[in-house]
Amino acid sequence: MTTTASSRRAVVAGLLTTGSLAASRAWSNPIQPETVTIGFITTLSTPAGYIGEDERDAFNLAIAEGGGKLGGVPVRLDIEDDALKPANAKQAADRMVQGGIRLFTGVNFSNVLAAVVPSVLASGGTYVSLNPGPSTFAGERCHPNYFVTSYQNDAFHEASGLAADELAYKKVVLLAPNYQAGRDALEGFKRTYKGTVAGEIYTKLDQTDFSVELARVRALAPDAIYQFHPGGAGINFAKQYANAGLGRTVPMLIPSFSMDARMVAATGDAANGIYASAIWTSEVDNPASVAFVTAFRKAYSRTPTTYAQQSYDTARLIGSALEAVNGDLRKQDQFRNALRAAKFVSVRGKFAFGPNQHPVQDYYLTRFEKNGAGEIVQNIVRKIASDRGDAYVSKCTMN
Amino acid sequence: MLLFVEQILNGLQYGAMLFMLASGLTLIFGIMGVINLTHGCFYMVGAYCAAFAVMSTGSFLVGILAALAGAGLYAVMVEVAVVQWLYRRDHLYQVLATLGLILFTNEAVSMIFGRRPPLLDIPPLLQGSVAILPGLDYPVMRLAFIGVGALVAVGLWLLVNHTRIGMLIRAGADDREMVDALGVDIRRLYTLVFGLGGLLCGLAGVMAAPLLAIEIGMGERVLITTFVVIVIGGVGSVRGALVGALLVGMVDSLGRAYLPQVLQGLLPASVADTLSAGLVSASIYVLMAAVLLVRPLGLLPARA
Repeated sequence: MTTTASSRRAVVAGLLTTGSLAASRAWSNPIQPETVTIGFITTLSTPAGYIGEDERDAFNLAIAEGGGKLGGVPVRLDIEDDALKPANAKQAADRMVQGGIRLFTGVNFSNVLAAVVPSVLASGGTYVSLNPGPSTFAGERCHPNYFVTSYQNDAFHEASGLAADELAYKKVVLLAPNYQAGRDALEGFKRTYKGTVAGEIYTKLDQTDFSVELARVRALAPDAIYQFHPGGAGINFAKQYANAGLGRTVPMLIPSFSMDARMVAATGDAANGIYASAIWTSEVDNPASVAFVTAFRKAYSRTPTTYAQQSYDTARLIGSALEAVNGDLRKQDQFRNALRAAKFVSVRGKFAFGPNQHPVQDYYLTRFEKNGAGEIVQNIVRKIASDRGDAYVSKCTMN
Repeated sequence: MLLFVEQILNGLQYGAMLFMLASGLTLIFGIMGVINLTHGCFYMVGAYCAAFAVMSTGSFLVGILAALAGAGLYAVMVEVAVVQWLYRRDHLYQVLATLGLILFTNEAVSMIFGRRPPLLDIPPLLQGSVAILPGLDYPVMRLAFIGVGALVAVGLWLLVNHTRIGMLIRAGADDREMVDALGVDIRRLYTLVFGLGGLLCGLAGVMAAPLLAIEIGMGERVLITTFVVIVIGGVGSVRGALVGALLVGMVDSLGRAYLPQVLQGLLPASVADTLSAGLVSASIYVLMAAVLLVRPLGLLPARA
């Protein structure tokens, strides 16, 4: 009885001593910040695995360029593969939260994000999204500890609507898979487009053959189509569109992430001539972007996708905020304010946060075309929107 | 009018693919009484073998051979190693064993070929589209698909009705003990039929690979539709599989083409879009239910 009591006292004493030691170390040497661990849950397997790879690699590139640091603070990534399953991601997030991690990023898909963000925010942690920006978290459920550095989900589609007007397409046919993001995409497009929508065609989410839909497009004979089919379905769509001879007669407009650098490689010439709305392409000519593309190609022997760019920007944004608090995430208000200020050089050019902590940025019309070397690249045609925010910002009341 | 013709062709092409998958499945199910859920995997194995053969040799012809050989041999392997021990067992055992084989095959394929799906281009000869009517261009690859489907149908008809093997297959379907008693090695015959089923899946795989996506689990996606086809056509008959495949192909493509338009004329746009998308997905099951109401054994069952 007494022995266990005394040993318990000894343990408590020991804990107190080490605790105070750690505290005194932090006090005596504020210049050397402790290593910050960032929870990085992303999709590394499944056919969409290449997207997570690009995001992870670009984030690591930013850390490597800082010599293992972001904003002068040593950083360690805790990487977990969610295999595109929200349940996996939630489990990983809960484990990381219990392990004391307070800063998260990495998730690529909106449905996975919806599983991770509540866990993180409930624990008082901060989430910085590098790709998805669902409308729910942009409007009523916006949160002081939740940031999106890429775009609000509808923004690309709204930009595409503007682009269709600029290209003088009077009559378009819209195609998207029949699920939330697909319907949101077409709503976003219609929000800004002024011409006539000749048809809205919904496909099955896992559809791989589009022969029936292509025949309907041919019959409707529009000036152009706007289609949103991410990943493998997008590759199939573009290939079948070109093979059916429609590519020559009806131009195709897409959001940039429906045809990334990897998909261009997979579709071959089928991507030639496609228009896309974008916030950045590998051909953007500013010093930060050129340096990023060069470094990424050197490190990984491939051209970065738009996902890689967004991840790289996210890493540098986090770096700027870590620098402001010298890696001490307990100074939450200061850390949050530093994130909100977004004092970093963005690869995409201008970058700022709106009141709902989603980007206010420029959008471009781009075109996939062959360069001098015969490779298909995504060239910028012109800017179509300046300092554009999103449609949900007015619904966000943050306190 | 042109739209209608094009949708008929699309239906034919989808029907041709379903027929290649369903004819093998219906033989295996109808003759041996085996529920084989692994059937879709043979299609995937065929597509993967084709893609990697084409990537390493550059010849589509080699790809076809690789798909046929790969899928056919894998089917024979499955039969010899697992399925032949289950002929006398209850269907539940067969479902469990072949379900396990699906998981095994998916894992094995991703270990051998990698997690990143390969891509197969349409061979240069079959690229692009051709004018079949004034104002109607149709992709050559899809026409070739229809042609191959027709060849398979004729070939199977000849095999089943005009060869000794075909006679044994028909006899085996009716009374396996009798065929066995006549001194025919029924075990070997079964292995042969299983291999033939795999071969046809491989053919469907190599034809579909350049048009559709090659990925792990692509077989399970078509498997349910394939079962719907043989249920509609009547279990065990190749003619039934042909009729069922064409029916399902047509209903699917015409439904996807016209149902949204019809509903948009009747209902407000937002309701019509969601409703038609749902109805289109359900259309082949509605067809199956309707057929079973009138003919519970399917349209052309083997043992009417």
